[in-house]
This record gives sequence, C-alpha cells and structure tokens, in this order.
Amino acid sequence: MITAEDVLETNRMITENKLDVRTITMGISLRDCAHPNIEKFCDNVYDKITKSAEFLVKTGEDIEAQYGIPIIHKRISVTPIAIAADACKTDSFVPVAEALDRAGKEVGVNFIGGFSALVEKGFTHGDRVLIESIPQALATTDIVCSSVNLGSTKAGINMDCVKRMGEIVKRTAELTRDQQALGCAKLVIFCNAPGDNPFMAGAFHGVSEGDRVINVGVSGPGVVKHALEGVKNGDFTEVAETIKKTAFKITRVGQLVAREASRRLGVPFGIIDLSLAPTPAVGDSVARILEEMGLEACGAPGTTAALALLNDAVKKGGLMASSHVGGLSGAFIPVSEDEGMINAVEQGSLSIEKLEAMTCVCSVGLDMIAVEGDTSAATISGIIADEAAIGMINNKTTAVRVIPVPGKKVGDRVEFGGLLGYCPIVPVRNQYSSEAFIARGGRIPAPIRSLTN
Amino acid sequence: MKLVVTIVGKDRVGIIAMVSNVLAENQVNILNINQNIMDGFFNMVMIAEMSDTGKMKLPELQKILKEKGAEMGLDIKAQNQEIFNVTHNI
Repeated sequence: MITAEDVLETNRMITENKLDVRTITMGISLRDCAHPNIEKFCDNVYDKITKSAEFLVKTGEDIEAQYGIPIIHKRISVTPIAIAADACKTDSFVPVAEALDRAGKEVGVNFIGGFSALVEKGFTHGDRVLIESIPQALATTDIVCSSVNLGSTKAGINMDCVKRMGEIVKRTAELTRDQQALGCAKLVIFCNAPGDNPFMAGAFHGVSEGDRVINVGVSGPGVVKHALEGVKNGDFTEVAETIKKTAFKITRVGQLVAREASRRLGVPFGIIDLSLAPTPAVGDSVARILEEMGLEACGAPGTTAALALLNDAVKKGGLMASSHVGGLSGAFIPVSEDEGMINAVEQGSLSIEKLEAMTCVCSVGLDMIAVEGDTSAATISGIIADEAAIGMINNKTTAVRVIPVPGKKVGDRVEFGGLLGYCPIVPVRNQYSSEAFIARGGRIPAPIRSLTN
Repeated sequence: MKLVVTIVGKDRVGIIAMVSNVLAENQVNILNINQNIMDGFFNMVMIAEMSDTGKMKLPELQKILKEKGAEMGLDIKAQNQEIFNVTHNI
C-alpha cells in the first residue's frame, strides 16, 4: 500500500528537486531507404521518419500527464547518414540534413540525431562526403545533430579524421558565427560511441539495432544532491549507499515511462540510459553534488574521486531498476549546461585540464566547453586526440564538444539559450603548438588489453 | 486504474466535500483518504479507482480538478498510482 509519505516524497522529488525523464528517443533505421538518387533517398527518409514517429510527441505528452512526471524531450535518432546514404551519387549530404530537419519538425521533436559517420578505422566515400557536409548542414538546419566516431578500443584512433575534425569544428563555428557558433553545440566527436544513446547531440541509431526502438534517458541530479544533504556527516559508504538508493528510484521512473511509451507506440523497448543529466537551472547540477560531498568548489583536489564514486554508485543503483541498461550511462559534466560547473569555471576552480581528468572516470567527455575563437584547428584536434586516447585505453566512451566562438576571448561569456545554457570562455592554458603532431595523420594502433598498468 | 489525488492549499470549509463530489459525479471510487492540517495548510492524499473503460478519462478529470481547485485556492493533482509504486516498492 502506498502511504501519504511515499506520495509526498515522490512529488517533492518532481517539483522541488526537478526529477524528470530527460528524453524519450525513438531510434529509426534508415537502411531500407538507400537509393542512388539523393532526391529519392531524401523522400524515403522523410516518409520513414514521419510515419514511424507520427505519434511520438503526443504519446510522450500523454504519459507525462497521466503520471505527473515531466518528460522534457522527445527525440529521434537515425542510422548514421554516412551508411544510409552511402549509395547516393553525390558530393554533398546537406540535402539529407535538410530532409531530416523537415521530418523532425513535422513530427514535433526538438532534436534529430544521426548526421553521423563511424570512421574509427577508415573512410568510405560516403563517410568523407558526410564529414565535409557537416559545417553547412549544421548551419542550414535547426534541429539536426551530428556526430563522428573516430576511435575505438578495438580499432585504435583514426588520426586523419582527428586532423580533419579540428578543421570541421572551426568551419562549423565560422558558418554559425552569428549564433555564437551554435553549430558546434550540435556536433560531437566520439571514441567508442554507443549505438543506443538517447542523448543529444551524440545520438544515432546503431547498425546492430532493430528497425525501430525506444530508448529513454533519465535525469535527476537535484534529487541526488537533496538525498546527500541528509547524510552531511556520513562517511563514503553512506554517501555511496544514499546515491545508489536514489538512482534506483530515478531509474524506476524511467523504466515505467519507457515501458509505457514502448507499449503505446508498439515499438520495442531498447535501453534506459542511467545518465545524470544536468540543466542550467539552479538545483539541477552535477557539480553541486560533488560540492555537497565536501568540496568547496567543483574542480578542487578530490573532484575526480568524488565523481568516480558518484558515477559508479549511479550505475549500481540504476542497474537493478531497469531490465536493459545502455547508452552513455554515467554522470554528464557539460560545462554550459550545468549551473555549478559554470560557477566553478567563473571562480577559477575548474579548467579544461581538470575536466579532462574528470572524463577518465565519468560519462562522457569534454562537453559544451566554449573556447576562444582563435583557438587553432590543430589545438582542437589535439584536444580530440587526447580525449579519444582516454576512451580507447580505458575501454569507455569519450567525446569532445568544444565551441570555438569567433571573436570571443577569455573573460567573455556566451549564451546558447535553453538547455544548452551559457558559458564563460574557458582558457586553453597551454599555448604550445600541436601542429606537427596532428599533421602526421594515419592511425594510432589499437591498444593491448593485458599488462594493464 | 488506481489514482492518487493530492490536494494542498490553505484550509477552508468544504474541500473534501468538493473533491468527493467531483469524483462521485465522474464515477471515481475513493479507496483511502489521508488528511491533515499543518500550520493552517490542508494536505490530503487520496487513493481512488477509476474505470479504464468508462466515459471519463484521466486528462478530463485532471482538468476538472485543476479548475475546481483553482476556484478554492488549492493545488490538486491526480496521477496514475504506478509512479509511486515504482519509486517505493520493488
């Protein structure tokens, strides 16, 4: 029997601690849309998406109302376009991005991911066309998200792609300079990218997925922080136990929503992504959880250990609450999307170098970090290479989403709006060049999986 | 479907009467009521059952309760009980 206390606690988690389901993402395979004629291909893509996801948004809203749990986003991920459109005889996939944009808007989702290529070992013609199309595609569309996987533990790192992606990030920033380089906020560069991630901007429908699937991403940093406020004097065993119990409750809500969405839409349930996803709203921050553990500011010595504990306890608690777990599953540390991270950067406690260390123990990587507009392509490539190496060696997903904002310097602040938040320009302190290193190209070989020291 | 109806607001005469009336008019059966007054604030958690096949659907009931609640300065929520089951029972 449900007690009044249970009811009030759950509703307090929702109203005061901002518990929500961050996203219901429908994965849609576009492998059956292939056609040599790009116009025909775009028509096929548009038709398949609008038919498959016709009721996605309405269903999400119905579930939201019935259970009283906010479901913030309804989204779509598709087969990486470099694969689906590989047969097209063309030198630009921008029209495909435009078709995705139209289809996503038609069904009312707020993002559609999958303008992507998986090139950890090498490029096909379609992969090259896609990568070269990214800047224009992100500049001419509103809701399309792009990602490139350029490394993996099994294949190593494609350094030719690392070099090119530094330039692509710069070009994307340039083409969207009147929107504070917003295009770069829709572009993620991965190592070990999962094919069932429901979160943007890195979501795509993996090649081993079925025709359609429902993946759900939960959230709830505010709930975890509130729970930790109750164990102020507890040791780390108590801290970990408290996080596990909270993560369990959060994930059970996600599982309920996923099950309902899957049943109502007649689309198989894929996974729950256990990530703690922050927003720029006060009380919805991962950084503030770390500070609640006793750090004066996020970034202080001890931050990596605190994050490691948080990330691990969230997974342990969440695993039992869901029948299938996948995606990125961990704590996110996007700077501009987390009020506590923004504050830590502004007070000089958090640097790119510390964030890089933090990415060794959490999901996902250097995320939503605005840097000076004149940061060189080679430096961005160097940052990408470092992050990919962390992922490759540690057998985990890592990613880079940096935004070199044209005309902006350290001391300036950029506003992206909405959940993308705002960010002070983060200094890249090391000004020495990576040019000759990045210019080598080729592949970094896959790492040995024994002698792990 | 089992519903949890929560009512929060400043105490006054006729809150339970109003909510019970709305539920009765719409064929919703009350199973349990837990109510108290704290610092002049009225808190009530009610568990009720509505037919899945009846004419009245949850979104309409939520709308009526919200409007009637607003007239009396109350915040009234009606939610499917399952959300509380998953957060508090294994």
